[in-house]
Amino acid sequence: MGLEDKLPEGIITTQLESLVNWSRQNSTWPLLFGLACCAIEMIATGSARHDISRYGSELFRASPRQADLMIVSGRVSNKMAPVVKRLYDQMSEPKWVIAMGICASAGGPFNNYAIIQGVDKLIPVDVYVPGCPPRPEALLYALDKLREKQGRETFAKYRRNELAEAMLSPQDMDSLEALRAKQFA
Amino acid sequence: MDWLNLVVFPVLRSVVLIVVLLTGFAYLTWYERKLLARFHARYGPNRAGTFGLLQPVADAVKAVFKEEVIPRHVDRWVYLLAPMLALVPALVIWAVIPVAKGVPAIADVNIGFLWILAIAGVESYGVILAGWSSNNNYSLLGALRSSAQMISYELPLGMFLVSILLLAGGFSLVSLVETPRAWWEWVWLWAMFPLFFICILAETNRSPFDLPETENELVAGFQTEYGGIKFALFFMAEYINMITTSTIMATLFFGGYRLPFGLLSDVVWLGPFVLAAKVILLLFLFIWVRASIGRPRYDQLMHFAWKFLLPVSIGYMIVTALLVVFFK
Repeated sequence: MGLEDKLPEGIITTQLESLVNWSRQNSTWPLLFGLACCAIEMIATGSARHDISRYGSELFRASPRQADLMIVSGRVSNKMAPVVKRLYDQMSEPKWVIAMGICASAGGPFNNYAIIQGVDKLIPVDVYVPGCPPRPEALLYALDKLREKQGRETFAKYRRNELAEAMLSPQDMDSLEALRAKQFA
Repeated sequence: MDWLNLVVFPVLRSVVLIVVLLTGFAYLTWYERKLLARFHARYGPNRAGTFGLLQPVADAVKAVFKEEVIPRHVDRWVYLLAPMLALVPALVIWAVIPVAKGVPAIADVNIGFLWILAIAGVESYGVILAGWSSNNNYSLLGALRSSAQMISYELPLGMFLVSILLLAGGFSLVSLVETPRAWWEWVWLWAMFPLFFICILAETNRSPFDLPETENELVAGFQTEYGGIKFALFFMAEYINMITTSTIMATLFFGGYRLPFGLLSDVVWLGPFVLAAKVILLLFLFIWVRASIGRPRYDQLMHFAWKFLLPVSIGYMIVTALLVVFFK
């Protein structure tokens, strides 16, 4: 994170950036978990007919430390929400989220006390997939959209996030630390 | 000129070997993913490069540019040491394996067998320390499983190796490959190959004996807390172990770098290619097994080792000894 601060954006880093983006596009490993009926369609996406492995994404990792992509496949109940949040926090950067199905996107038919109305209330979502449940083709299309997004990413984005964190006031840092400590407690 | 032979050539050979092994590891992952896909009637990776040939490059670059997370609750030094401890023995074991006629491995020592056994014993440390230092229940259980499994299967494996040793009449792997064998020796050797292969599957933690990393009960086993390049090192160790054990099997059972019937035995440069061809075939066997067979339960695994493999291997060794005494 040294040279690209001194030089105008795009002189040294673009080639590396495009290589890294390409590698991320072609090696997005999803986290192995399913929440509800959409999970069945997600599993079907890995099967012979639809074959998610063409994108190099068939390695569903069970440990969040090794995963790049979280496919929230199904409704998120209040009881499951802390688990989803914790798994998202345990994933290392860069990470992406696909909200699969109308329940994960906006609550769907379950407009009641038990279901979070969209997983974007908990974690940032990159791609929303409509459908109840979406067909595997729809999930693959979402993966295509995600690949487009990954291709547009820049190192500067991560740098900005770092700077934003560094510019927090000391009190904010304390509260951030306290928040993190609470998460790990 | 002595330092040339003592230092320069071994270092050069090591460098070549490490480059070949790391490339081999990368393309073994491609080979496995493609083959598994074909076994499942899928296409497998085909977006990164022609036939997905750049897939290993994408995986490697992604792993390097991933955030390195070291959780707070781990034993930091041991946690960082474990992946290296897993990888280094997998490479070091290659010191004694002959790759071509007259070109000894890096060290043509006369205790090649013992070296293999000793390093195979050290290999489990990486896994055990990873499980222990992660301070995570799943990791610890995975590591315990792995160590118990490795120790159990090392016994029949050792017995089978002793039998091969009796047939060969010496500890050196070079003389093992070079010494001609009688036909009944080959038949007797190959009769044991399936059992030996089962031991190797358990030793390398490969499916169907990948119980240390079962997703359905232990998340990712001993590597649960590892991500990014540290996880890639464990991956590397596992796959290089596959290559190594395949080479050992090719050397012990299928004549190593030699073509059958002593064909073209004086063409030295052919040796590594013949060996590589045999290794690729044996690796196919690993992947074939993975695509075909489900995991046994852990107690079944242990029962198989102690109640079947161990007695059979001891019996095999006794019969081999008798054969050697009376026919050789």
